[in-house]
Amino acid sequence: MTNGDNANYIVEVNNVSMRFNLTKEKVDSIKEYVIKLATRKLFFEEFWALNDISVQVKRGEVFGIIGYNGAGKSTLLKIIAGVIKPTKGSVIVKGTMAPLIELGAGFDMDLSARENIYLNGAILGHSRKYIHDKFDEIVDFSGLHDFIDIPVKNYSSGMAARLGFAIATITEPDVLIVDEVLGIGDIRFQKKCEQKINAMLKKKATVIMVSHSISEIESMCDRVLWLEEGSFKMLGQAKEVCAVYQAG
Amino acid sequence: MLVKQIENFLKYRFLLQELVARDFKIKYRRSVLGILWSLLNPLITMTVISIVFSQLFRFDVPNYHVYVLTGLVLFFFYSDATSTAMNAVLINSALIKKVYIPKYILVFSKPISAMVNMLFSCIALFIILLFSDVRFQLVNLLFPLPLVYIFIFSTGIGLILSAYTVFYRDLAHLYTVGLTAWMYLTPIIYPIEIVPERFLFIVKTYNPLYYFLLCFREIVFYSRGPSLQLHLTCLSLALGALVIGIYIFYRNQDRFILHI
Repeated sequence: MTNGDNANYIVEVNNVSMRFNLTKEKVDSIKEYVIKLATRKLFFEEFWALNDISVQVKRGEVFGIIGYNGAGKSTLLKIIAGVIKPTKGSVIVKGTMAPLIELGAGFDMDLSARENIYLNGAILGHSRKYIHDKFDEIVDFSGLHDFIDIPVKNYSSGMAARLGFAIATITEPDVLIVDEVLGIGDIRFQKKCEQKINAMLKKKATVIMVSHSISEIESMCDRVLWLEEGSFKMLGQAKEVCAVYQAG
Repeated sequence: MLVKQIENFLKYRFLLQELVARDFKIKYRRSVLGILWSLLNPLITMTVISIVFSQLFRFDVPNYHVYVLTGLVLFFFYSDATSTAMNAVLINSALIKKVYIPKYILVFSKPISAMVNMLFSCIALFIILLFSDVRFQLVNLLFPLPLVYIFIFSTGIGLILSAYTVFYRDLAHLYTVGLTAWMYLTPIIYPIEIVPERFLFIVKTYNPLYYFLLCFREIVFYSRGPSLQLHLTCLSLALGALVIGIYIFYRNQDRFILHI
């Protein structure tokens, strides 16, 4: 790769490996720890969730990641989003990011939707004023006008996800990270989500998505990475990779 | 590196505000008196405790109830700030697993919440002072200084505890017990003079809380300006705890996610 290409990449994943130590049981207490240390039973079973993955995502591209359960898709997304630090390797992201990983992760169930909009917005790094300005937009998009002052614990999971999606997408991020969230809500809301993502794409946003729905990946993505048990399996145009994936 | 940290903090300062606001919203949700409880609670607690201690256990201290109250305000702050900070990472594990946020913000919000609570306690203390023989003097206005010292100290201890609690859950239980012992080892309800010489080292020499308390009492209770040496002791204890806290927290924070 020449240096000239570098400028076009917005996300660079360089030789990323992620190791988890699986203890047979989690050692949570000092007593257990001392006993296990003394009896030399403190063995960790090493588990490499990702093995030397390198991939570059171009600006404005829709990039899909596929693989079976436990292939390391979500781990890779979390590493790109900065939630987990990789054991080895590095990730460079040039620009702002909006992670749509498990929407509404920051909701406090006891607070009302109104209060949660501010809290969740702050978790995503927005200022109070910014959220205030975008408040109506968020409520409009989620369609929850009548329920805005009741605690989120009384929401259905679909309603909570709608609110989460509306908050997460108020910015116009350079990179949008989507983890299986397009299946939320009813068909009408799913359409709305797709429209919103398409609108972002028009503004040259980059999307990195994980989905089990191959038809969705095939119709939306430009390129697709296939992971198998944490290792690189195939990378190429969406059509090619999906065809091989489905054949296997 | 430092500039980046500061920029990051500024970006997330609204989160800090929201977290503190949440603590209070949750605490007083659906109660009729709401935030007024932050004032009433210490006022009533203090009245009860001061009646109990000034009637039952009398020590030869003039204005004994004020003496006890100054101790309690400070100790309750310390215990509230550190024990809530200690669990801040664990309680928010669902969040940390899914979104990137600077983790120390979660811990840092706890001493701030406790501080807001303590300010209400200080109002209560002030009300009680009005009805005592302690005369107001200009030096009393120095009272925020020891509060700042103990705030910094608690933040440092909170960071250390929260980092290790992720790996060793027993600490949470151990600390609760430890706090009770610590409370009796600090001259809150008794004057330092009654402590036998051979125990003085636990109560005084190796007890950081003693110095913060002494500083606070010098100003509020004895209406004297604390010596420069006392200020420096408090300040170095506070900054020492903070530096160690930041160091330990930063060294361990990337491993939190594997343990929560």
